[in-house]
Amino acid sequence: MTSTYAHAPGFVAGDRPKIVTSRFEFSDSYTIERYLATNGYAGLRAALAQPATSVHDEVKNATVLGRGGAGFPAGTKWGLTPQEVWPRYLVVNGDESEPGTYKDRLLMERDPHQLIEGCLIACYAAGLSRCFLYIRGEMALAQERVATALNEAYAAGYVGKNILGSKFSVDIVLHWGAGAYVVGEETALIESLEGNRGMPRLKPPFFPAANGLYGQPTIVNNVETLANLPWLLCNGSEAYTAIGTKTSPGTRMVAVSGHVKRPGVFEIINGVTTFRDLLYGEEFCGGIRNDNQLKAFVPGGGSAPWFTPDQLDLPFEASQVGPAGSMLGSGAIMVMDHTTDIPAAALTLTRFYAHESCGKCTPCREGGTWLERILTRVVEGTGTDADLDQLIEVGSSICPGDFPHASNADLGLAAVPFPYKMTTICFVGPSAYAPVHSALTLFRSEFEARVTTRKRIPVTAVANSTTGHAS
Amino acid sequence: MSRLTDANIAIAYEIIGRYPRPKSALIPILHLAQEQDGYVAQDAMKHIAELVGVTPAEVFGTASFYEMFKFEPVGKYLLNICGTMSCALMGAEELMHHAEKRLGIKAGSTTPDGLITLEHAECQAACTEAPCLQVNYRYRFKMTPAELDTLIDDLAAGKLTDEIPAHGVLATVRQRIPAERGVGAVAPEKVNESPEWLDGKSAL
Repeated sequence: MTSTYAHAPGFVAGDRPKIVTSRFEFSDSYTIERYLATNGYAGLRAALAQPATSVHDEVKNATVLGRGGAGFPAGTKWGLTPQEVWPRYLVVNGDESEPGTYKDRLLMERDPHQLIEGCLIACYAAGLSRCFLYIRGEMALAQERVATALNEAYAAGYVGKNILGSKFSVDIVLHWGAGAYVVGEETALIESLEGNRGMPRLKPPFFPAANGLYGQPTIVNNVETLANLPWLLCNGSEAYTAIGTKTSPGTRMVAVSGHVKRPGVFEIINGVTTFRDLLYGEEFCGGIRNDNQLKAFVPGGGSAPWFTPDQLDLPFEASQVGPAGSMLGSGAIMVMDHTTDIPAAALTLTRFYAHESCGKCTPCREGGTWLERILTRVVEGTGTDADLDQLIEVGSSICPGDFPHASNADLGLAAVPFPYKMTTICFVGPSAYAPVHSALTLFRSEFEARVTTRKRIPVTAVANSTTGHAS
Repeated sequence: MSRLTDANIAIAYEIIGRYPRPKSALIPILHLAQEQDGYVAQDAMKHIAELVGVTPAEVFGTASFYEMFKFEPVGKYLLNICGTMSCALMGAEELMHHAEKRLGIKAGSTTPDGLITLEHAECQAACTEAPCLQVNYRYRFKMTPAELDTLIDDLAAGKLTDEIPAHGVLATVRQRIPAERGVGAVAPEKVNESPEWLDGKSAL
């Protein structure tokens, strides 16, 4: 029993409800012994003691929002499968790679049995007959911990044939990725799981719930979403909805990184905790490093439009963050203090998305690369003022129309609500533009200071000079 | 270099057996090949094509999409320095410059002794521990240039061989499904009934 975070750097405990991180305080939290000693697999027993439909109802009543980015309720998602089409599969999305995000990795490394139990409950409730647990390739420790946990769980009769002696049987197959951000998109994940290049599929017709893995109904759930289920089944949906707000119940894990005094991953109360609490609260990050001024922050992973101090008092509630011009995404906040070189910071994200484009849609493949190249020359000081307009033009071909951004009193800007229109299948293309657009909208002077302004020669002057008549 | 060894063929069949369609086993078996040789050799891809029942071009088509697969030998240690936003804000660029200077190579190349391949990586999901890096996908957090020097010294002196296996070895623990416990994979077209436990009654 220790409270050191030797095995989970980044995680900061606190005096708050713990739904998914309750075992993080133990140094052996990933072992089956610790899991069983701390109410492990009790949620599974509770589930199997009732008909599958009532487990499904319990999850629906709790409104467990998807924690992968889109925030779609898991119980509703499970209900979208077509009637009487079998088999159905569960695919667990553990391909966490959104810039700024890490919670799934900790949940897999620190409490793999909780995830396994969550998978089992989902399979039981939604009639899913095989589970594929896809872990990002670069996460060697998570793969080892989950593999060990699965081996233990199979041996102890929690996974496989006739689980706990019941008629419920399901295999959980561990699958590793091999390094591709876009595979975090659910249809690309399915392509990858089928042994193909990880390129997203067009929706419709390929909504996974109807037409997913091998063309069968497939539920794709995020690791954190599933990790909520054991607690939910043990404590009931009323206890779950008692935490947080009506539209955002429960807790969620949030990683705050960048220029704060104490960066960390926190399990916070959903819908209630504000960005100010997180950035400045003593139990969270404790303020900006060196007591510097906050310049901007990315509220929901690298794909999210940026916020400035004006938006600090917004709570972690999608229905408020969306109209304010951004999204909560995957629960990742990246903080920039007043010393930050904004164009260079935006470039690090745009480079990421340009690099990770799968190449299927032209606006993303070409546009992302253009954005990166143009922004690179602006940052390096060899750009011109025409480049700034070009950035907007390239971005507009990925996302036509108004792009979401935050309001800003000083600049006299009103917020443009999230989401945007897009010309690509998935969100990688628009994500390359999000940092460019936010940075250019909110901090245009920093870009202008770096570029060479080329004076346009008026047409009349050109005409006069060619005819030789001095004016 | 080589086709899969007999021991690895056995593992490959075990993996293939877990999927309703054999092609799904492609990426896990490519990792197995990379574990065997340190990179994915051409002969290995031909062999995998035979095992999985697709063409070698399809194997390469899939493999070449994914960054972790290397098609020519790399250093014993792959040093991936993260450069995405949180790490960049906390000094990743300085760390990369230091690594390039110290190793005498540019990112994307290997030291002449074949010990270290240096790469610029994208977000490694350790953003609060910035700047971070991975050596053969094992993390090092909040790295300073001095700590990077120590790490490189230790790698060269062979002090970290227990903790960090050679490139290609990813997880050191493999999933094993005991035959008597596994449900087994069935091709989807062979199933058209609802699972047994959906009979409206509790399972226990």
